[in-house]
Amino acid sequence: MAYRWTNDLKERDVTDEGLWLNRRQLIAGAGAGLGLATFGLPVKADALEPTSWEAITSYNNYYEFGTGKDDPARNAHTLTTKPWTVKIDGLVDKPGDYDLDDILSKMTIEERIYRFRCVEAWSMVVPWNGFELADLLDMAGVQSGAKYVAFQTANRPDEMPGLAYPVLDWPYVEGLRLDEAMHPLTMMATGIYGKDIPNQNGAPMRLVVPWKYGFKSIKSIVRITLTADEPPTSWNKANAREYGFYSNVNPQVDHPRWSQASERVIGSGLFAKRQETLMFNGYADEVAGLYDGMDLTKFY
Amino acid sequence: MIASLNSATRHVPAWPIYIVSVAYAGWLLWLGIDNRLGPDPVNALEHKLGEAALYLLIAGLMITPLRRYAGVNLLKYRRAIGVSCFVFVTFHLLTWAVLDVQRLDRVWADIVKRPYITVGMAGFLLLLPLALTSNNWSVSRLGPSWRKLHKLVYPAAILGAVHYVMLVKGFQIRPLIFLGIVLALLGLRFFATRRA
Repeated sequence: MAYRWTNDLKERDVTDEGLWLNRRQLIAGAGAGLGLATFGLPVKADALEPTSWEAITSYNNYYEFGTGKDDPARNAHTLTTKPWTVKIDGLVDKPGDYDLDDILSKMTIEERIYRFRCVEAWSMVVPWNGFELADLLDMAGVQSGAKYVAFQTANRPDEMPGLAYPVLDWPYVEGLRLDEAMHPLTMMATGIYGKDIPNQNGAPMRLVVPWKYGFKSIKSIVRITLTADEPPTSWNKANAREYGFYSNVNPQVDHPRWSQASERVIGSGLFAKRQETLMFNGYADEVAGLYDGMDLTKFY
Repeated sequence: MIASLNSATRHVPAWPIYIVSVAYAGWLLWLGIDNRLGPDPVNALEHKLGEAALYLLIAGLMITPLRRYAGVNLLKYRRAIGVSCFVFVTFHLLTWAVLDVQRLDRVWADIVKRPYITVGMAGFLLLLPLALTSNNWSVSRLGPSWRKLHKLVYPAAILGAVHYVMLVKGFQIRPLIFLGIVLALLGLRFFATRRA
């Protein structure tokens, strides 16, 4: 890895939710870890107001538990998350079934306050806890032929009532290009607000790719496969015109059915003003380089 | 049973339908203001108002088949149902334009550019003349053409249901059920006129 994204939040900053509310936090991602200041470039510090625990954990898209926003919070308690095994296979040196506790014992858990932008034009700010995906991939040993990472969600009809309906072609699958997966902003989340991540938010381990639309951040991961070719992704299979493989947050590229130029901020009330959507969800300084020379209207 | 139901309707006025509809819409708005519509109140209000309009469209379309096939005469409530439906569609549209999209240029861009919005808007425009002529003066003034004009509710109902089908993500059953009911109710009329 060229560099690590560093967090300027300390252990003492992990507070319980009561103290979280109405507290403004600096997100350290912009520039700080990249040493931009040393080049005389301005370091942008955005004060992000984390969304309430209540809103983050009650407003979810997790179609395996129903298509309503409140369905996952109501139904996801049936998912057994302990013990949890993740199969890592494909083009890796050490393929196998990894016990999640064993993985976690080898990882550095950090807190990252990220913007979260859904393709449906709403957004939140989530204080995740988790580790960099790059560290997990390094542990498995990525082989030189690997160009992509494929992910798969648990597929348990007896625990996931939504699987009874063919809303999507189950199981849910997602994928990233290897450089996206190895990027220091890309993480595996195991917690929110310092607590274990709730089932409706993708327990026990989900992907978080903060510059892409939320559906890329696949939940309850049971399998990670390193591949040479671009893997299929669920929403792209369902409707390729509307959901591309990349799905980077981009205010200039509209969803065919709605504009992506702005977003509703969750938890801001009935009369809140829409917020302008930022290029790469505000992470352009960190990730724009991944897409140099690519036509983002073609690779949407 | 049918006869007693029909005679009972003589004593039950239609005006409570207006009261309940406006009260429900107001109640939803109040819940949103009071932060009791969940984390995304704009979306919740939009959906609940749109859904109420669809239910009333279906209720209005059931009046004729109920009379024709079950002998239940609820004709005196049809105007209240229709006008209430229009009230919900109007509030739904206002919620979307004012509270959700918030900018006139973007409202217009969406109407022109987004097929599901175009379809919904077309449905609203079809209902507009119907709401405006839902009074005794218009009925007598327009004579036989009043009935012809009010057949516009058929395409409006299809547009409303299609609007719902078009806005969901993935393959979802619920909007298709709504569309199926609308098409079935219109189909009953089509076959009835063919037979006649």
